[in-house]
Amino acid sequence: MSPHARRKVWSAVLIVGFFVLWEALCWLFNVSDIIVPKPSQIISTLIARGPALWPHTLQTVYTTLVGFGFGILIGISLGVLIGSSKLAYDVAYPLLVGFASIPKVAVVPIFVLWFGSGTVPAVLTAMIMCIFPIVVNVATGLATTEPELEDVMRALRATKLDILWNVGLPRTMPFFFASLKVSVTLAFVGTVISETVASNRGIGNVMMIASSNFDVPLVFAGLMILAFLGVSLYAIFSLIEGRITGWAHRKDEFAMG
Amino acid sequence: MTTAPELPRTEDTFIELENVTLTYGRGEKQVTALGLTNLRVNQGDFVALVGPSGCGKSTILKLVTGLITATEGYVYVAGREVGATPIRVGMAFQNPTMLPWLTVRDNVMMPLKIVPPFRQEYRTKKKTEFRDRADALLKEVGLANFGDKHPWQLSGGMLQRASLCRALIHEPQLLLLDEPFGALDQFTREELWAVMQELWMKLKPTVLLVTHDLKEAGYLATRICVMRTRPGQIVDDAEVPFPRPRTIDMSYTPTFVSMTQRLRELIVSQRPVKETV
Repeated sequence: MSPHARRKVWSAVLIVGFFVLWEALCWLFNVSDIIVPKPSQIISTLIARGPALWPHTLQTVYTTLVGFGFGILIGISLGVLIGSSKLAYDVAYPLLVGFASIPKVAVVPIFVLWFGSGTVPAVLTAMIMCIFPIVVNVATGLATTEPELEDVMRALRATKLDILWNVGLPRTMPFFFASLKVSVTLAFVGTVISETVASNRGIGNVMMIASSNFDVPLVFAGLMILAFLGVSLYAIFSLIEGRITGWAHRKDEFAMG
Repeated sequence: MTTAPELPRTEDTFIELENVTLTYGRGEKQVTALGLTNLRVNQGDFVALVGPSGCGKSTILKLVTGLITATEGYVYVAGREVGATPIRVGMAFQNPTMLPWLTVRDNVMMPLKIVPPFRQEYRTKKKTEFRDRADALLKEVGLANFGDKHPWQLSGGMLQRASLCRALIHEPQLLLLDEPFGALDQFTREELWAVMQELWMKLKPTVLLVTHDLKEAGYLATRICVMRTRPGQIVDDAEVPFPRPRTIDMSYTPTFVSMTQRLRELIVSQRPVKETV
């Protein structure tokens, strides 16, 4: 077995082991369902309540992806703007850091005030959660482009746009994808926060209601769904990242392709 | 102060620096990178600029591309002020500066994507005519099977060959070489001189070569301009009489050796005198 495959097997063993240990500890100490339900119980809840949970899952995924999509658009635009010149970078960075350090949870009530409860504030919360990592990474990637690379293009009388398109953006891709992996999980956080506070749909809302009914297995089932969705999206973006920015990791598979 | 004898202006004049000076900064901190300089280069000439470091050799290249503007004086290229006539310029630096996300072939084809008239045809011809042209050029410098590789898979010498291809693929009228062989070992360097000479004889661009290596200047150039430092200025301008194609053996003949000797003495004598303790 190659070291790579072996690592994967051990990862799987660790995950399965975690749940087995959880189950065992619950049995051993006779933990009440109200405190921590057993994994087996969570799974049976998932199966039993599946049909009811499905539309909420779709709602959460939809909200997250729309918010994430807008976040990418705005994030790239702002990142390109700020990273395009040293001056813009130095001038705008303090303000950006200021905005980035505001706890995003705190703005949910403002969105609700403006747009009412429902999907819109959830999309917006997901969006602002994921904008900042993208902006910072794109801007930093552009601002740190080696001048030699630009000189090659400038000697050919390339326009600013040519340079951005052919040198700046491709060079920024590894930074951008690193930020996407962080952002997509953050977008989920944003969606769920907003659904918890002000929505009547989505996994966040389901978990809120379940916890007020002391339906703890359902709360944990919601957590499971969120974890699964987060991991799936992370994996998808890792895959895309590997295909597009393999050059940065000097992957042999990339070289062959 | 000795100034270089000037070539008369003729129809063949391709580059002309007229009473050019270049200074950086203001007041106390002002640095004169280039003192009063006059230079004429004919179409199809291969001119080497040699001199101590910091004498403004690279500055002349940047002036000719229009990347920087002269503080005083005029720079003419192809009969008009620099920038006015769009000419195709190829450039190669000491650092091969390949874009790591592109294959070697795509790197070589980059100028075709940027420079008119090729850029208008890039979409339609990138998989046919342009690709063949890149491959032909890569073959000529000995990189026939490396087009699909990525830059990190090539050695320094190979990257420099690819960099030459990139500088030449758009058939530049003007080729600017800033110590392109400076970071290579002696054998690779001599091999690339031969490649360079062959390409130049075939395509006949006007070349400005900045180098520290007098043997390289003697091997490649038709004219050698010696520069001095502080302020940078051309102090000697001499034809290189050897017939083409030149060979490495030629560089061991007495005439060649005495020529490089003379240049060396010129450069050494220009060096600012060190204060002894």
